[in-house]
Amino acid sequence: MKITRRSAMMLGAGFAAASLLPALPLYASVEEVEARIAEFTGGETPGEGGITLTTPEIAENGNTVPVSVSAPGAVSIMLLATGNPNPDVGTFNFGPLAASQSATTRIRLASTQDVVAIAKMSDGSFVQARNEVKVTIGGCGG
Amino acid sequence: MANDVKPRVRVPKTASAGEAIVLKTLISHEMESGLRRDSDGNIIPRKIINHFTCTFNGEVVIDVALEPAISTNPYFEFEAVVPESGTFNFTWTDDDGSVYEASEEITVG
Repeated sequence: MKITRRSAMMLGAGFAAASLLPALPLYASVEEVEARIAEFTGGETPGEGGITLTTPEIAENGNTVPVSVSAPGAVSIMLLATGNPNPDVGTFNFGPLAASQSATTRIRLASTQDVVAIAKMSDGSFVQARNEVKVTIGGCGG
Repeated sequence: MANDVKPRVRVPKTASAGEAIVLKTLISHEMESGLRRDSDGNIIPRKIINHFTCTFNGEVVIDVALEPAISTNPYFEFEAVVPESGTFNFTWTDDDGSVYEASEEITVG
């Protein structure tokens, strides 16, 4: 088929219309991520250091990405995946019998993105760590 | 699917008091995110485990709030200290209200 100027315009219009359809959001906005952080910290800006987030540099399969987080002295740690449709991943609350404030789990990542861990320390301060994970195959279905 | 859910936990049989021991848990669960569509284009309803707790003789070790971004067959690894012999209780709470449980004894000597 010969691509005429008219058909090219029609195609463009079609794509524009499709993108306006109320589809599921493909990733969370920066504001949404900021809002989640603010909700967790009560508006305080988290500091750096005192928290270790271990993620693979490249995850071949976004359906199971191993993630470890450790923050000695933390009361709870929240994980966020900034590029997922819903940035929440989970919140770990440590009880009196936890030997270390660390945990390992496996998470889903939709695409290459930053994973953020924010820890609430026992003195009420907050620290965060941010790692980029490159994802070859996304893990959120379609 | 609820009858397919099978929790598995790994707890050492013995430990010394105050020692940090590693606990590993895995539960078979599809963790349907609510974002996927079936072959007809209909959204598959969300069905995940939304809460996990581990307690030892009634005291909390860890308490986790899970979101759809936790992978299928949720896996957790964490550390606990045991002051005396007793029982670890693990509970997973499903979106539909079902609670899956597992428990393991440990001897401190």
